[in-house]
Amino acid sequence: MEKKSTRDAYGEALLKLGGNHDIIVLDADLSVSTQTGKFAKLFPGQFINVGCAEQNLIGVAAGLAIGGKIPFASTYAIFSLRAWEQIRNTIAHDRLPVKVAVSHAGLTNAPDGASHQALEDIALMRVIPNMSVIVPADGVEAASVVQMEAERKGPAYIRLNRSKTPILFLHDYQFEFGKAVYIADGQDITLLATGTMVHLAVLASEVLKRAGISTRVINISTIKPLDTDAVIRAARETGAVITVEEHSVMGGLGSAVAEVLSEHVPVPMSLIGVRDVFGESGEYEDLLEKHGLTVECIVSSAQSLLRRKK
Amino acid sequence: MEHSQLHHQADVRTLTKKAKVLRKHIVNMIFEAGSGHPGGSLSCIDILTALYFSELHHDPSKPAWPDRDRFILSKGHAAPALYSALAESGYFPVEILHTLRKMGSMLQGHPDTKIPGVEVSTGSLGQGLSVACGCALAARIDGRCFRTYVMLGDGECDEGQIWEAAIFGSHHKLDSLVAIVDRNGLQIDGPTEQVLRLEPLAGKWREFGWHVIEIDGNKIPDILHAFSEAKKVKGKPTVIIAHTLKGKGVSFMEWIGSFHGKALNKDEMKIALDELERD
Repeated sequence: MEKKSTRDAYGEALLKLGGNHDIIVLDADLSVSTQTGKFAKLFPGQFINVGCAEQNLIGVAAGLAIGGKIPFASTYAIFSLRAWEQIRNTIAHDRLPVKVAVSHAGLTNAPDGASHQALEDIALMRVIPNMSVIVPADGVEAASVVQMEAERKGPAYIRLNRSKTPILFLHDYQFEFGKAVYIADGQDITLLATGTMVHLAVLASEVLKRAGISTRVINISTIKPLDTDAVIRAARETGAVITVEEHSVMGGLGSAVAEVLSEHVPVPMSLIGVRDVFGESGEYEDLLEKHGLTVECIVSSAQSLLRRKK
Repeated sequence: MEHSQLHHQADVRTLTKKAKVLRKHIVNMIFEAGSGHPGGSLSCIDILTALYFSELHHDPSKPAWPDRDRFILSKGHAAPALYSALAESGYFPVEILHTLRKMGSMLQGHPDTKIPGVEVSTGSLGQGLSVACGCALAARIDGRCFRTYVMLGDGECDEGQIWEAAIFGSHHKLDSLVAIVDRNGLQIDGPTEQVLRLEPLAGKWREFGWHVIEIDGNKIPDILHAFSEAKKVKGKPTVIIAHTLKGKGVSFMEWIGSFHGKALNKDEMKIALDELERD
């Protein structure tokens, strides 16, 4: 199975945008990791390295946007949060078309430990008015997100990952902003997954299918604005919903879905994610296992949720 | 006397008169709002007057003109100063000034892009210089020759982001960028040198690679001269450290810390307006 990290896809997708002189890529001394370095080499006149100064990164990007540019501002997910208030007060408040495209989200920066992992970023970005939050599920979707966001007005937080994950989509797949993506249909239960967890949800649905449980799998790549119609329909039609995210269960995808369902279709729900703790150093796979971000955990959550459904 | 000097003197007289008009607006609008920041609005108003009525290439009928000079009020709490300059320039009717801080008004407590002529929303300190750097870079990338001006508070220079942007501005040799520090010496909790020592402030900027000009920021000729000196500087950005008086123009407010963020009461407002009418 072909594998690629969404950060690699981001770096490659940027290269296709280089012909557009309004695209400016900024990085905060992490261009080798975020994969903006390739763009820097090919389009030095459209690349700005601000050094490790994230507040300035966002401010300069804002100024460029005011000047008619479409800036992609990159760093690690966790360090972009250092400029959360700049993102809120300038980028989001003024609806500037700055794309905060961050890599190493979730636990993926595994050996570096808690200081370099980001399990709170979806929550923090989601609560900002005007802000959109996009988490591509694979390399194909990431590339399409970059292409679409280069044209869409308005700010976005694009959450990218370091680990190589399976390609789920065909190469002509086109990301649609704000639309949930149906991966598998099913009637008994719905798995709403985002980012790296989508391919685990697909694998879990296959296990569940063999156990006679018909599982709907939906990729929520746009966490904000959430495709509430798709979420409500899934809850109505399957009567049980599980969210899966490489993020804290507080404030992320699970919370976003619960906010909608508690008002419209309060069905039994399980939230799979990190349970209000910091990460730590280790192998990525081991960390995922420790926090229950595995196919087995999704399967067993589904089985116990189905018992609650009855 | 040379023609240009005559012109300059006439300019100074007009600008001084205009600054007085703007001061009255500031006093009035903050009184009517019942809250706001008069001290730091009055200290920087001579600079804003020089900018909006002499220095900036701008067209109030076309706020989005791509080649306009940019001005960013990073010390956003001086919003009344900016709003009075924008209104008197013709960006919106002067009568609207009375709606400052009122529900439904576009005149938010701190600058907001809802208002024609406001380039970026500000109010949270420390952020305007970075944005100004981005504006200056965009000009260079597009080969446009507009200049970018940004007004900082001195207390605002406590913010780390100011110094991130200061390193950035000189690294990129942004010589179309002019920062002005309203060096009124007072921040909310007291004199800047007691709260967090800034001196030697000029030396800091110089070491960061900026061309530094120190002036009396309440003297129109000094301000105009500094702007023209800044235009001649190549290869580095300029910072004008403008020594000003907080509350300048209203005797009982001058160098009084409590007027940082306090509106005048009715009696105070009358005395203030009398004084501003008198001279």
